[in-house]
Amino acid sequence: MNNRIFAGFEEKVTFALRDLFSSYGYSRYKMSRFEEYDLYVRNKDFLISDSVITFTDTNGKLMALKPDVTLSIIKNGKDGQGSVEKVYYNENVYRVSGGSHGYKEIMQVGLECIGEIDGYCSYEVLYLAAKSLLAISPDCVLDLSHLGFINEVFKGVGLDPAYRGAALSLIGEKNLHELMSLCEEAGLSEENARRIKKLITLYGAPEEVLPRLKETFGGICDLSSIEELEETVALFDPETRSILRIDFSVVNDVRYYNGTVFKGFVKDVPVGVLSGGRYDKLLEKFGRKAGAIGFAVYLDALERMEDLRPFDVDVLLLYGEKEDLATVRMWAKDLMQSGKSVQVQRAIPEDLRYQKLMKIEEGRLILLEEYA
Amino acid sequence: MKNMLNVALPKGRLGEKVYAIFESAGFPCPSIKEQNRKLIFENEECAVRYFWVKPSDVAIYVERGAADIGVAGKDILLEYRPDVYELFDLNIGKCRMAVAAKKDFRDDPTKTLRVATKFSRIAGEYYASIGREIDIIHLNGSIEIAPILGLSDVIVDIVETGTTLKENDLEVKETIVPISARLIANKTGFKFKTEQITRIMDEMKKQCGENKQ
Repeated sequence: MNNRIFAGFEEKVTFALRDLFSSYGYSRYKMSRFEEYDLYVRNKDFLISDSVITFTDTNGKLMALKPDVTLSIIKNGKDGQGSVEKVYYNENVYRVSGGSHGYKEIMQVGLECIGEIDGYCSYEVLYLAAKSLLAISPDCVLDLSHLGFINEVFKGVGLDPAYRGAALSLIGEKNLHELMSLCEEAGLSEENARRIKKLITLYGAPEEVLPRLKETFGGICDLSSIEELEETVALFDPETRSILRIDFSVVNDVRYYNGTVFKGFVKDVPVGVLSGGRYDKLLEKFGRKAGAIGFAVYLDALERMEDLRPFDVDVLLLYGEKEDLATVRMWAKDLMQSGKSVQVQRAIPEDLRYQKLMKIEEGRLILLEEYA
Repeated sequence: MKNMLNVALPKGRLGEKVYAIFESAGFPCPSIKEQNRKLIFENEECAVRYFWVKPSDVAIYVERGAADIGVAGKDILLEYRPDVYELFDLNIGKCRMAVAAKKDFRDDPTKTLRVATKFSRIAGEYYASIGREIDIIHLNGSIEIAPILGLSDVIVDIVETGTTLKENDLEVKETIVPISARLIANKTGFKFKTEQITRIMDEMKKQCGENKQ
């Protein structure tokens, strides 16, 4: 088994994202490993997995190893006067991961904007989400949805509130056939069922989809959320805008989220790697009056992408027993200065993937093997 | 090289019907019909790659992206809740998830109901929705034998024609949900192969005589 860890893809992404967020003036939020368990129990549904590692502190309080960062940021923040608290984090969180049924330490990077969220703020967060995806891979897509708009549509077509939760999950699955049965069951007219259907069938580039949504729903419901999306998207530069898609199948939990929600996908990673949105409702639960928007990047999902890197090190540098150590040091330094990663060894280690194999012989550097 | 679309087909009778739909929709792969031990079949011209997997595993292949699309029974989707898109109902492999028991069974609400099933989640959620306390006995097969031997009071299982039940003196007491085969898609796969997937889906819909949509 190859247990060696080199500067992996996840780490490179982490550095890139930290640079990106700091360049927009976001300050790093550092937190302790533990929080009182109570915080997570009260907001269990906000967490991705509801299993939390707990332990009893010396004073008898039940503590938890943090499964999430957002909740702590909200709990510890204060309402400002008109300004916005802009923070990013890069922390390890502890949660049950995927099918393993065991706890895992997962590196999570994300950012939060808390305060008076206006159009510029929403744009900035969405833009940084798009840029974060682009930092991972040029083959990426950022899906945008608006929970407020979906709710307006439900109201506009007269869908009974009792059916709304189920309708939302069906939209999340792009499950048209069952959504149509549900509309029938809820006694919706054919025309209104056709309208709701558009929430699944209309998806794609904002400049194509947004005008069509206005056409379909003009006069039926309030279009201010669509206008809000148009305003945000218009601020994007064309290159970054090209990864945006309107897709209402992004349906975060309505108990916490309202307004714009989004999810990012990268080619060849089967699950979403970025998720976020506007979550004023979560702040309300903490008795705070501010609004909030943010996102997280799930670096654990990128683990598999590492396989795309063909080599562990650029150069494997061998030296013989009799070589002068100062010469070895000189050659290694020389190679490193040309921007290459170098591992110095007496013998070739098992399983190490190197691009170049070089050897120092009697003070001279010799190239033994090279892979393209 | 073309961007191949990976399709997971459920092994067995249903899978053959499903393949026939793909074929008549214009995405054939003649090599699939040859008698050999190959597991994966490609048609470069149509840019599709088919493979047979255990019906209950289709959702796993699709959720984890090994397949872009696949066909799975609604029973599996309800039981395992994979994070996938459910694109449409093929209207084949129709049956229902039902509660069955011995013909003379009378439910005694004062006792915990013992339910034998392969579908613990579906059974659990169904009884929770009607507020009935139950004890789930998870079995992996031959569910019908459980009430006969007194292992359980009722079973929750898929009923197609009801012949097996009848032959064992059992009958359907309640239908929980109708089941049929669904086309599912991996979420990322759908984002990056949208055109390919929607084209296949539209052609298949024509074959399946979808009239509701």
